[in-house]
Parts: sequence; C-alpha cells; structure tokens
Amino acid sequence: MLKKPTPSYQSRHGTGLLRSLWTVLRHAFTKRDTIPYPDVKRPLPARWRGRIVLTRDPDGEERCVACYLCSAVCPVDCIHLQSRQLDEGRRYPETFTIDFSRCIFCGFCEEACPTLAIQLTPDFEMCEKHHASLVYDKQQLLIDGQGKHPGYNFYRRAGVAIAGKAIGEAECDTPPVDRDSNLP
Amino acid sequence: MTITQWLFAFSILLLVLLSLFLIAAFMVYAERRVLALLQDRLGPNRAGPFGLLQPVADLLKLITKEHFTPPFADRSIYTIAPIIVPFTALLSFAVVPVDDGWWLADINIALLFVLALSSLRVYGIMLGGWASNSKYPLFGGLRSAAQMISYELPMGLALMGVVMLSGSFSLVDIVAAQSLPFIFLQPIGFFIFLVCGIAETNRLPFDLPEAENELAAGYNTEYGGIQFALFFLGEYIGVLLIAALATVLFLGGWHGPWLPGVCWFAIKMLILILLFFWLRTSMPRLRYDQLMSFGWKLLLPAALINLMITAVIGLFWIKG
Repeated sequence: MLKKPTPSYQSRHGTGLLRSLWTVLRHAFTKRDTIPYPDVKRPLPARWRGRIVLTRDPDGEERCVACYLCSAVCPVDCIHLQSRQLDEGRRYPETFTIDFSRCIFCGFCEEACPTLAIQLTPDFEMCEKHHASLVYDKQQLLIDGQGKHPGYNFYRRAGVAIAGKAIGEAECDTPPVDRDSNLP
Repeated sequence: MTITQWLFAFSILLLVLLSLFLIAAFMVYAERRVLALLQDRLGPNRAGPFGLLQPVADLLKLITKEHFTPPFADRSIYTIAPIIVPFTALLSFAVVPVDDGWWLADINIALLFVLALSSLRVYGIMLGGWASNSKYPLFGGLRSAAQMISYELPMGLALMGVVMLSGSFSLVDIVAAQSLPFIFLQPIGFFIFLVCGIAETNRLPFDLPEAENELAAGYNTEYGGIQFALFFLGEYIGVLLIAALATVLFLGGWHGPWLPGVCWFAIKMLILILLFFWLRTSMPRLRYDQLMSFGWKLLLPAALINLMITAVIGLFWIKG
C-alpha cells in the first residue's frame, strides 16, 4: 500500500506539537535508562571480550605451547612471545607480552589458540596513567585457574611425547602399531 | 543622598546581582536535570549531593580556561559583544517588581525600557557573530538579527494589549491593575508573548542562532572560557527575565491567596521556566523559512488583531 505523503507543516503543527509534548511528559514517569556505572556495575556476559589471560591446565602447568598462532592472527600485532622447549618435549613461552594499548579485543587470538590457553575475560577496568603500564608481561597475564574450559589438558590429549607420557598413552589414543609384530 | 544611603543602595544592588547569578547558575543545573528526567537519563549527579555543585564545577572550569582571542577576529567588538548580552538582561531586572514594594526602580516607561534593552541584546549576539569573522558565527549572528527583529514586533504588539487594559507602562501599576490576571483577558497576547519570548532568548524550538547541528555553536563558536560563560549567563538570565515578565504582565505578579507575594511570584516563574525546559526537550528546531513565515504571517497578524479587538472592547467598556 502506498503511504500518503506527509501533510505540509502548516496543516499539522497544532496537534503534532501537543502530541510530542504529551509523549515527552510521559517519559518523566518511566524508568531511567542510565546505569550509574561506578556505583552500579552491570553483570557482564561470560563471553564478554575483555582483559586477556593465559590459563593453566588441570595439573597446574601452562597451557600455552608458544605456537605463535595468536601473534600471527592478531590484526594489530599486539602479542609478542618467545618460545622455548624443555628437553622432555614440552613447549612453553619464555616471554609473553600483550600491549593492551594496541589490543582491540577482537578475540581472534582466543579463536586461533589450539590449546585453549589464551582467553578473553569479562573485565575491562584496566585504566593506567601511562601507556607503558598497559603492556602486560607473562607474569601479569598468566592466571592460576583454567578459565572457561575446565578439565582440558592439551598434553594429555595430544600425541606429543613428554616426560611421564610416551606416544600412544594419551586419552582416546591407541599405542602405535609395532612394525615388527604386525607382519602377516 | 548620604553615604549610608549610597552604601545601602549598593548592597541591595549587589544582593540582587548575586542572587540573579546564583539563580541563573542553578537554572542551568535544573534544566539539565529536567531534560534528563524527560529523556530517561540521570543528568549531572556527581558533583555534590544530587550534583548540586555542578554549576560551581562548570564555572570553575570555564574561568580557568585559556582566554583566547582568535587572530582573525575584530578584537574590540569581539571582546565587548559577550558583555552586552548579560548586561542588558540584568539591567532589565531593575524594573521587575517581585513583591509589593520589592523593586529596584519604578519607572513610568518600564515596559518600553525592557523592550529597548531586549532589542539591544541582539547587538551582543549579532556583533559577537560578526566580530568572530568566521562563517558559522556569521550565520548565527545574521540569523539572530533577523529572528529577533521579526519576533520583537509581535512581542511589542502583544504587550500593548496589557498596556491598554492597565493604562500604564509601569510594571508596578500593571501588576496592581491585575485583580484578575491578564492571561484570562489576553490569552492570545500571552501566547504570542511567550512564543516571542522563547524566540528572543534563542531557546528551542527557536534556537537558530545557535543551532549546534548546522552551525557548530552558531554565534558563540569562536568564544571560549569566561566569554562563552557570559553568553551562556546572558541566555539564562534572559529566560529568567521572560518568565518574570510573563508573570508580571499576564499572571498577576505577586497576587495570590494565602502565601506571601514573593512565593507566588517564584511559583509562577518556576512553572513558566519548567514549561520552557519541557518545550526544549519536546520540539525540533524550526527551519529558517518556517521561523520567518511563522513570525510574520501568523504571529504578527494575530498580535494586530488581538490589539484591535482589545482596543474596540476596551473602548466600549470604558464608555459603557
């Protein structure tokens, strides 16, 4: 259905004026939308993309295997790390810094992380007086908990050999077939 | 006059001046809170209890700002212009009677005095826009000149009805003549006066000289700090003045039962000021041609007809 053209200004400025006055007056008795922030803190959704943390696995070891995927995917290049490998086979980041003055909290690092180590948390209150204070090092990033994925242990599921776990001893893993006993 | 009388007169003047500044400052706060209430917001509530110290904070911010004159501005006029606006508005209050015997001056041409000063106010805004020597202030200044001249005419004509009914230009006599408030005898006059008053003080929906959305800040774009504060003060004292005049001329001034006269005066003014706030938040700004045609094609003829009817009825009433 075609809409009728709006009547000209002269013909409707009587009722329109009163109607808008009435509508506005009614809003004096409706609830105010403002949340007085520092006094009242709105609960944030669990998937809120805020301050980034590095989590640990259930054994209390670092989950991060320093694969550089987060650093590579970061659109603003704010993640810097240096990998290192223990003799037993475990990889870990020697240094891990996130420059939160550059970070845009896009969450790509979290999506790229193969070991669920890097996670975004519902916390945005991280004001600092100097830019340099916004560069978090590994000590500031690493938390003691498991974050959003409790129970996940990368080295217990992956086929990589580390101390105390040979190849084939991981969860849902079968030992490798012995070539010599597998002959027909 | 003796020294004591002079001192007394000066202290009274100072008292009136300070109370006007104070009322204007808190009107800014009140306006922000009322607008917020009507727009489902909270408004300033941080400085002091309920944000009551907000005007103090605003003033401190404005006076501690850098005093800056743009190099391209016409220096002397640029400096004088913001002083004219609050000056004329404040001076008009000299003839406003607040209660029986409470006035600074009872001139027999008080109404003309007020109208003349409100015409002078245009110079402050227009010259401010002109002397800024930049495009948005210039547009704001030009618009203000056109708007204020257009709306002064019906305003003056609307007030002539009141003068006819009371037979005097003195505001004190006009109040004294209102055993029945003139709003009942001059409803059209009251409406025209109110509309023109809003236009004279550049309030929404007639704030074309300022028009943030089109003209940055209109005539005061190039002003900052204390000079901007003076413009701002002038605007709010102007609103106060229009409310006071409407009270005196149409709502019966200090007349009213039970309460003392000052209270009645304050209550009537408060209602009018709240109405101004309410109008500001409910209406969009008029387009420039709408503003002009509204003033010249509707208000001016209405004011003339109102004047003629008042004259004819008054003539027969007085004769009969």
